[in-house]
Amino acid sequence: MPQLPPSVPLSWYLALSLILFVLGIAGFLFRRNIITVFMSIELMLNAVNLSFITFSYKLKQVDGHIFSFFVMVVAAAEAAVGLAIILTVFKNRQTLEIDELSSLKN
Amino acid sequence: MQLWLIPLLPLAGFAVNGLLGRRLSKTAINAVAAGSVFLSFVWVLKTLSTLGVFGGGNPLEQAYVEHYFTWIQSGTLNIGVDFAIDRLTAVMLMIVTGVGFLIHVYAIGYMAHEGGYYRFFAYLNLFMFFMLTLVLGANFLLLFVGWEGVGLCSYLLIGFYFSEKFATDAGNKAFIVNRIGDFGFSLAVFLIAMHFGSLDFATVFGKVQSMPVESSAGWMTAIALLLFVGATGKSAQIPLYVWLPDAMAGPTPVSALIHAATMVTAGVYMVTRSSAIFLHAHGALEVVAIIGLATAFFAATMGLAQTDIKKVYAYSTVSQLGYMFLGLGTGAFSAGIFHVMTHAFFKALLFLGAGSVIHAMSGEQDLRKMGGLRKYTPITFWTLLCASVAIAGVPPFSGYHSKDAILASAYEYAPWMYWVGVFTAGMTAFYVFRAFFLAFFGEPRWKAAGHGHDDHGHSHGAPHESPPSMWIPLAVLAVLSLVGGYINIPKWLEPMFKLAPEESGIPWTAMVSVAAGVIGIALAAWFYLIAPAIPEGLARTFSTPYRWIYNKYFVDEFYDSLVVNPTVDGSRSLLWRVVDAGGIDGIVNGAGKTARNVGGILKRMQSGSIRSYAAWVVLGSIVVIVAITMAGGAR
Repeated sequence: MPQLPPSVPLSWYLALSLILFVLGIAGFLFRRNIITVFMSIELMLNAVNLSFITFSYKLKQVDGHIFSFFVMVVAAAEAAVGLAIILTVFKNRQTLEIDELSSLKN
Repeated sequence: MQLWLIPLLPLAGFAVNGLLGRRLSKTAINAVAAGSVFLSFVWVLKTLSTLGVFGGGNPLEQAYVEHYFTWIQSGTLNIGVDFAIDRLTAVMLMIVTGVGFLIHVYAIGYMAHEGGYYRFFAYLNLFMFFMLTLVLGANFLLLFVGWEGVGLCSYLLIGFYFSEKFATDAGNKAFIVNRIGDFGFSLAVFLIAMHFGSLDFATVFGKVQSMPVESSAGWMTAIALLLFVGATGKSAQIPLYVWLPDAMAGPTPVSALIHAATMVTAGVYMVTRSSAIFLHAHGALEVVAIIGLATAFFAATMGLAQTDIKKVYAYSTVSQLGYMFLGLGTGAFSAGIFHVMTHAFFKALLFLGAGSVIHAMSGEQDLRKMGGLRKYTPITFWTLLCASVAIAGVPPFSGYHSKDAILASAYEYAPWMYWVGVFTAGMTAFYVFRAFFLAFFGEPRWKAAGHGHDDHGHSHGAPHESPPSMWIPLAVLAVLSLVGGYINIPKWLEPMFKLAPEESGIPWTAMVSVAAGVIGIALAAWFYLIAPAIPEGLARTFSTPYRWIYNKYFVDEFYDSLVVNPTVDGSRSLLWRVVDAGGIDGIVNGAGKTARNVGGILKRMQSGSIRSYAAWVVLGSIVVIVAITMAGGAR
């Protein structure tokens, strides 16, 4: 098992994970292009993956690895479906501006 | 011996006519309806002859019982579908199927021009099924099934002309008034099940008879009185008689079959069947006698002033049923059943004859618009004459024998009852012959009235005799009315009812009642043939009593103000406006309104903008996380 350099403490990894997650939320909430929103979601997933791995390493258990694999699989599937939806939306509406896609309201 | 075939044949007729009747021709409907009843009649005859009834010896000393299957089993209570035949049932079977068949034949002619032809015969067959179940049932519950079934058919057939408001009202009235009686009956059945642990006639009456004769427990009286409450409903006794006169709204064959010959005598049958219980409840028996006598008397007075020919006979039926209960109450059960039989003959004939008159007059029922029909409808004239002398109690015709047996028993019980009965017999003779003279003698009053155009489909000028399918049953019934009194029912029933008084006990009682009948006929002849001015003068002189009689003592009005109007008003102002509109609707509408208000607030979340949804998701997640943390973490 590869050893982490001792100079990098555990909390840094968690801090990185938190930063990535908050960035994801910010992108999810404030970006107006659907694809960017989509990428933000992926970013959040990966932030979570990072904290899974970190804890898994710290606790010397494989559960976190297994979880992150699951998350990757789901994310891949989600990307496939999501991109397909985005393509169809663009074909029909010629826009990816999220605020213009509000026809449910009416 | 397949007793079950007897009621099932008419049921099959009902099924065929009821389900397929719309597509069948009239001939086929006639064949099915009358044929099934005829087969049932034949099967009754065959069964009785197998049991040796028509031979010598002493047949049917014991009841013959057939058990088919267990219907209800609950704890120790075991109720089976059993049919039984004994001497009493044999008499009733003969009356129901025999007279029933004749009336079916008659109805073929009478209903020929009516709409709903197959429906009529389907109901009539269904009625036969229930009536036969009623008399064949070997326990109280099966009796009750038939009892309710005939009530249903009565309701359906009274309201047969359902487009007429008065007919449907009359049907409702009959049904609702009967509910009151049936409630008493069902309570009696519960009490019997409670005290005897069985509903089988054999078991119950066996237990009763093993008790000492003098014993008269309170609950036994209660059972007897509740049974009698049921009988007052079905057999139109005071205070529940009010439905029967209105029931004449139905077609005339229905009045003859259900409201004269068979169904209304179900109460008499039931009380006779339960005679063992009544004999151990002398108080109840006295109530039966007094109610019967009072009904006989008051119904006869009401019959005096009726102008509708069917109403006259309807009150006469109530009155004659009162006689039967007088007989039962004074202990002469066999005389009561004897009168059931003779009454079935002559009253069915009176109604069928009235129907023939109405047919001849093309739907007119008002006696004041008839008159002089003797020349136009000779067969109806002669047959109705037979029925009228029979009901008036003129010897040697049938009514004389049975009425005399009842009156003799009443005299032994209490002489004053006898005298009231004799006076009633005089009134009976009077009003029956009043109707007879008004219809057949005197000047024709129908030309002036412009008769002859109505729902019957005829528009001939003059009245006309009825077709053979109508007058042949009339003729058969006329013969039965004349000689039916020689079928010695009291003798036949003697093994069952040992208390029957000797027929020839007091000879002068019979003579007095015959004299009363003859005086009644003579008075009617004097009033309505010789001096038609007298009745009008009498009505003017005694205007107050006349008004009371003419309006039937205002009993209907009294019931309306005492029961019907409070019920209707209470339902309208309390149950409808407060409970239904306020309470139930309030709850339902309130639930709807609350849901809408909550939705009005929540719908603001549904902005339609994807980014606001995203914000909600984030917010929700934060709330969940905070909640879990506050609760102590996910452990």
